[in-house]
Amino acid sequence: MNYKLFIIRSVFLSLICFFTSYFPVTTSFANQNTLEKIKSSGVLIWGFDAEGGAPYVFHDLKHPPKLIGFEVELVEAIARELGVKVQSFQNAWDSILLSLQRGDFDIALNGIEITPDREQSVLFTRPYYVYAEQIVVRASDNRINQLADLRGKKVGTLYNTEAKRMLEEMGEVAVNIYSGQVEPFKDLSLNRIDAVFVDLPIASYYAMPNPQLRLVGKPAGEGYYGIAVRKEDTALAEELNKIIGKLLRTGELKKIYSQWGLWNASQENLFLHEGFLEKYTESPPSVSEKVSPSVTKFLPALLKGALVTIGISMLSMILAVSLGLALAIMRLYGNTWLQKISTAYIEIYRGTPLLIQLYILYYGLPNIGITLSAFAAAILGLGMNYAAYEAEIYRAGIQSIPKGQTEAALSLGMSRRLTLKRIILPQALRVAIPPMTNDFIALFKDSSLVSVIALVELTKSYSILASASMDFFKLGIITALLYFGMSYPLSLYARKLENKLKSHDRNL
Amino acid sequence: MIEICNLYKQYDHQSLFKGLRLDVAKGSVVTLIGPSGSGKSTLLRCINGLETFQEGHISVNGQKLYGINEQNYDKAQTNQTLRNIRRKVGMVFQQFNLFPHMTVLHNITESPTHVLGTSQSEAESNAISLLKKVHLEGKAHSHPGQLSGGEQQRVAIARALAMKPEAMLFDEPTSSLDPEMIEEVLAVIKDLVSEGMTTIIATHEMGFARDVSTQVVFLEKGEIVEYGRPKDIFYNPKNDRTRAFLSRFTK
Repeated sequence: MNYKLFIIRSVFLSLICFFTSYFPVTTSFANQNTLEKIKSSGVLIWGFDAEGGAPYVFHDLKHPPKLIGFEVELVEAIARELGVKVQSFQNAWDSILLSLQRGDFDIALNGIEITPDREQSVLFTRPYYVYAEQIVVRASDNRINQLADLRGKKVGTLYNTEAKRMLEEMGEVAVNIYSGQVEPFKDLSLNRIDAVFVDLPIASYYAMPNPQLRLVGKPAGEGYYGIAVRKEDTALAEELNKIIGKLLRTGELKKIYSQWGLWNASQENLFLHEGFLEKYTESPPSVSEKVSPSVTKFLPALLKGALVTIGISMLSMILAVSLGLALAIMRLYGNTWLQKISTAYIEIYRGTPLLIQLYILYYGLPNIGITLSAFAAAILGLGMNYAAYEAEIYRAGIQSIPKGQTEAALSLGMSRRLTLKRIILPQALRVAIPPMTNDFIALFKDSSLVSVIALVELTKSYSILASASMDFFKLGIITALLYFGMSYPLSLYARKLENKLKSHDRNL
Repeated sequence: MIEICNLYKQYDHQSLFKGLRLDVAKGSVVTLIGPSGSGKSTLLRCINGLETFQEGHISVNGQKLYGINEQNYDKAQTNQTLRNIRRKVGMVFQQFNLFPHMTVLHNITESPTHVLGTSQSEAESNAISLLKKVHLEGKAHSHPGQLSGGEQQRVAIARALAMKPEAMLFDEPTSSLDPEMIEEVLAVIKDLVSEGMTTIIATHEMGFARDVSTQVVFLEKGEIVEYGRPKDIFYNPKNDRTRAFLSRFTK
């Protein structure tokens, strides 16, 4: 349910960013010379996201709290050269540059590709790794041999990456976007997608040991990972450039990368960037030349996300309403066994997080041979979860109808079934309308949770666009307005319906 | 037409009826009188199966309902018997129990169309003539919430009559009405019994009981204390308990 707060949190976050950029007092911290601060405190604070995973930074499975990965070793080498200790700062990858700007840590080093977009908001050091994008397919699949073969196929990639941008530029590719690195490979082995297109280190680490998968084609779209620092920290960038140069020349960098199977011919290119530091020392960057992308450019993508949100919400509500009704009737009128089943269902679904239920449905069920599409898993997950709540609403509604109604119907010769259908349920439904509306609106917002199973709905569209454009504020407001624009008419309609039904029993 | 034979009924561990017997012949009008808690309502509710009983049997028009402890008791059979009985015996409740989500007309046509399979048009024309009978033809399209208590109870009577019952059970039909509305409801019941409808009424309206009944039953603590013609019960009660009960009403 953490995601429920996502929009609010993002809007709040953007508000803070918005105000900090207008009130210089709050930015004084960032103006302090970070290099001096690191040296005087003896601590280099390093921002990364361990959820991003291997081989960059991840938790050692043998000693869980311990972090390992080639970037861990790199950062340790850098700190050693600076004569300081490393302090790690876990931060969601999507907002890592934003947190860097806020001053949460000194450097962001976590497979961050150097792109013109990002160079607008942060300062990059010389590259420390040359990456390329790699295609991975099922070992048994011969259809795809090069980049062009991806057209017309379902391809998984990670969001906010060069690979994703390249796929979208190609067009005609059905792109499935994931936030974790394990999931695309899992879906690939489950036939849910045809290929994975990601940074080579990820491809090598996850696909090479898996006999079901293989790497095909030459790596494409070479690019560089760089260490990001705040724009004003030129001195720090300079120092880091010197250290990277030294690690390269001494062969320590090669040693680290080789250990992780990441050294290749492309890495020789790193030596070409000896002059990288002059680029910045000669022309210090102006602070605010950030191009604000026009919001209307993003609107179609947001609206597309909104459509997915509506589709998922409607279908899962239909499932929740009908399954909930069945559960309520089982619980109230069924035999002992049906009552027990219904009660257990309700308690289990209410008592466990929706997020876990979604993970089990989508990633867990394949272990017992049931592979659902993301859309089906989303609807089943949301629908089955909300059915538990609807069931209790109906039960309360049914129980609120006086016993005399049932007795009158029975005394008129109606069967129990007919009594329930014609007399009890129509009345119970009115009692249930306000809490049902409430639930529908909650479900509507909870639908953002399904982004964990590679569905891009409204919230996910927002976080993808916002982290690409660094504009959490305007996009956040627009997204929130879209949600509100969809849920408010629903409340109005429910209120109208309620009043219409109420007018009949004025004197009761 | 209705025979109650050796009825035993207990609530939790408290016995109410201990071998009660009562015969109601076709066309007779039996009123049940007695203090609250004497079992008047329970007896009516046993007859159309809204309450179960432990022993004995109740026979309505040849359909036999057995107590749940009887050897002849069979759940599926009982359900079938109950539906047969309920189609032939109408019931009117103290709280009216009209369906609030339906119009008056719909309240009356609901059961004939869904249970008896009567066509909608026939059910409606029948409902209109029943509404005329209870003097409410103008209220066909009102909802129950828009009617007074007396009007609601008259609709409830029309609703029961729409099933063309052979007997009617009235469970304190005027007890939750304001005094000025009691007469209009009693007048409707009087009309009905004058047409020869077999009727059992639980009531606290002694004048009414005296005027319309063919037999009066005085019940106390689940036991028939006295049974007889109204003039015998009201003017010449044999039992002291009957006398004591009635004296409270004649004061």
